[in-house]
Amino acid sequence: MQRIGVFVCWCGTNIAGTVDVKKVAEALKDEPGVVFSADYQYMCSQAGQDMIKDAVKEHKLTGIVVCSCSPRMHETTFRKTAAAAGLNPYMVEIANIREQCSWVHKEMPIGTEKAIILGKAAVAKVNLNTPLIAGQSPVTKRALVIGGGIAGIQTALDIADAGFPVDIVEKLPTIGGKMAQLDKTFPTLDCAACILTPKMVDAGQNENIRIFSYSEIEEVGGFVGNFTVKIKKKARYVKEDICTGCGLCTEKCPQKKVPNEFNLGMDNRRAVYIPFAQAVPKVATIDPNYCTMLKTGKCGVCAKVCTAGAIDYTQKDEVFTEKYGAIVAATGYNPISMDKFDEFAYNQSRDVITSLEFERLTNAAGPTAGKLLRPSDGKHPHTIVFVQCVGSRCSHDAEKGKEYCSKICCMYTAKHAMLVRDKYPDTEVYVFYIDVRTPGKAFDEFYRRAVEEYGVHYVKGMVGKVTPEGDKLKVLASDLLADKQLKIDADLVVLAAAIEPDKSARPLATMLTASMDTNDFFTEAHPKLRPVESPTAGVFLSGTCQGPKDIPETVSQASAAAAKVIGLLCKDKLTGNPCVASSNELMCNGCSSCEKVCPYGAITYMDKEFRMPDRTTKLRRVAMVNEAVCQGCGCCTVACPSGAMDLKGFANEQIMAEVDAICK
Amino acid sequence: MNVSYFPGCTLKTKAKELDVYARRCAEVLGVTLEEIENWQCCGGVFSTAKDEIASKLSSVRALTEARDKNQPLVTVCSACHNVIKQTNHAMANDADFALRANTYTGEPYNGETEVLHYLELLRDVVGWDKVKAAVKNPLTGKKIGAYYGCLLLRPGKVMAMDDVENPTILEDFIRAIGAEPVVYAMRNECCGGYVTLEDKALAKKKSSAVLENAAAMGAEMVVTACPLCMYNLKKNGGCDLPVVYLTALLAEALGLTDATHGCKEENNG
Repeated sequence: MQRIGVFVCWCGTNIAGTVDVKKVAEALKDEPGVVFSADYQYMCSQAGQDMIKDAVKEHKLTGIVVCSCSPRMHETTFRKTAAAAGLNPYMVEIANIREQCSWVHKEMPIGTEKAIILGKAAVAKVNLNTPLIAGQSPVTKRALVIGGGIAGIQTALDIADAGFPVDIVEKLPTIGGKMAQLDKTFPTLDCAACILTPKMVDAGQNENIRIFSYSEIEEVGGFVGNFTVKIKKKARYVKEDICTGCGLCTEKCPQKKVPNEFNLGMDNRRAVYIPFAQAVPKVATIDPNYCTMLKTGKCGVCAKVCTAGAIDYTQKDEVFTEKYGAIVAATGYNPISMDKFDEFAYNQSRDVITSLEFERLTNAAGPTAGKLLRPSDGKHPHTIVFVQCVGSRCSHDAEKGKEYCSKICCMYTAKHAMLVRDKYPDTEVYVFYIDVRTPGKAFDEFYRRAVEEYGVHYVKGMVGKVTPEGDKLKVLASDLLADKQLKIDADLVVLAAAIEPDKSARPLATMLTASMDTNDFFTEAHPKLRPVESPTAGVFLSGTCQGPKDIPETVSQASAAAAKVIGLLCKDKLTGNPCVASSNELMCNGCSSCEKVCPYGAITYMDKEFRMPDRTTKLRRVAMVNEAVCQGCGCCTVACPSGAMDLKGFANEQIMAEVDAICK
Repeated sequence: MNVSYFPGCTLKTKAKELDVYARRCAEVLGVTLEEIENWQCCGGVFSTAKDEIASKLSSVRALTEARDKNQPLVTVCSACHNVIKQTNHAMANDADFALRANTYTGEPYNGETEVLHYLELLRDVVGWDKVKAAVKNPLTGKKIGAYYGCLLLRPGKVMAMDDVENPTILEDFIRAIGAEPVVYAMRNECCGGYVTLEDKALAKKKSSAVLENAAAMGAEMVVTACPLCMYNLKKNGGCDLPVVYLTALLAEALGLTDATHGCKEENNG
């Protein structure tokens, strides 16, 4: 028989406001096995924990029930308390009488009754608890960063600085990400390339960092500290270790009409290319969709001109396996497609562009060498209309746009407007907005400068329609403050397209078993207290794959994720979760039901010799659980038709005891 | 093939042309429009009041009859089409509305009928190729501005006929009859609608903006499917650009009549 102590927490008024805590403590006192019952204002405080420790000693407790907040909040706290008092930590059960009781009920009698029932259920479970010992597993001291934008680069640099090896896997031929495409950065207007490219070079030269560019993740197995990752290195038809990046091939390639994705298709590149001058690794890549040699077998110009002999048309995709202790997702974002926003005539006129295209148009390395010229006729635009929130905050039509605020558009639009007015004082610049949102250090001052110093016309209201007419774009808009309809003859319209997670994020999340929200942003373990960790142990989040954010915030989060990774890699061994599945092999008939439902691949089968009642022996196929891989989700216990599979700490018997206690 | 047909009040009075040519052209293209029995006025406008069913019951009855004959229901007038299609959508998707309407009519109907505008009939049932093949008198060289107005396409998710912002169905029609479409900004803007009864000046502003824009872009005439648009453009447009019904144009192209001179005065209000 257990000797159980019950501790009812007030949580200030959080619980005590709707639950009569004294009555709960009183009611639970007479439950089977309970030898001590008390209440206290803050059970999680030092004094509250001491109260538990003292009671364990004084009443020789073997089990503890804490009626308090969700186990996600303080289960670990109270397990540590129990351990400090000499109890096995798994002899503690939490009855959640806050989130699942006091917070959802308004009336004291109902709250109190439910709290008592939840307490009884927890007592019934502790009566059947047994001490559990957690196993340990070693840690592979190497990290994987998926995505080589500013987020991934910063995370990798910080991990490498701490002395741990780290690999960056980037799907494009170079690292750099979206930031490499930007012209200037707010709020200080320093050029993106000037602050990014040194970091790219650092990453390329750091002896702790390996960059797998033009590569993708194929498969992820294992668990925290022991991930096994299959990486596919796509054939770039150039030997990376021999290519010197001289660029001769990219000048001589006769296939000149390939849309240049780095400039968002606003100019062309060759079939063999280096994305931009500062690319890391600075190695050429042959685009198999356009290369005449690869498509027809006739050409070979690049191989002829390459003095290093780096061209290799026979190269194949290469898949290799690496082991990692921690994985950081840094897959970034993309602007959404403008196809569903035909009212802005993006697909009807080349002079309607997105803000990212605008970045390339004002960038010295862009298609116009930094001169702001209309894509249609190369003329200098005089009237420029910026439209904010194109697809952002689109809660009235979730199929068309995104419900969330993309967060960065107000600031970069202010930047664009300011830069235009600064460079071309002969222009009229309008910005249409729903709200101007500029929280951030020196952000609002920046926006005010655009309005006050640079004379940008900020109009509260949305553009209803853009129509190409002759060489003008007719812009129909409403000015909500003046209650007027505006008609503007514009030369250039710039759409601040909402941003969305990169398409590669969803399949990656599936491979990592990391959770995502409905918008395909990775979910953090706790939105406030664990913002850079995924709920999946050993998977961390960096940058816009977790939610829209600007560069300062991305870099902060990248470094935070690195700190978490370093904390993990510093450990030699990890203590596992002992609440894992176990199979009673006498009852198992080897049907494979559990193996089929296991999301972690933790179940294997083996033929085992059993002694039969008639003294003969028989080989039977039975399930085996790899305790290091099992995450304790419990799928197998539900799937098992013979009841052989059970979860330690959450045994069927324990759960049924709880249900019985609730239904009594 | 036979389809159910809902002409609507205006097509029996002011816009006879729209009705007569619709039937005759459809026959030539192998489709018989079977006028449903005892149809009543669609109500003219789809009430957005959530608790209003009375004005929509006429549509429900027409839809039920088409369902019982296992035929799609074809309309020509933009306003009728809008009311009937929206009512059908509500019957299929708004359980509360459907329950009340069904309790009233006593005949269970849950939005099973397919509602087609005449243009959709041409595009999706007949097919532009077949229309092209049937053209005897192609309107070659004619520059025609398509005027969609607002009711034909919106609300876009319910009407689901074409892209509301950048539609092509009328332009495709114009091409099919051998003419040249003129794309202009105001083609899917409102003509002023019923506001002409209350604020003539506003209706004039809306209608003239449409016609002026079409003329400026080189249109020699404007084609519409809507009697109310026809009325506004003619009376309030302040411009002598001819406005014709799409069925009249089709009839001319198919060699059934000479319709390019616009509608006869008594036929368009």
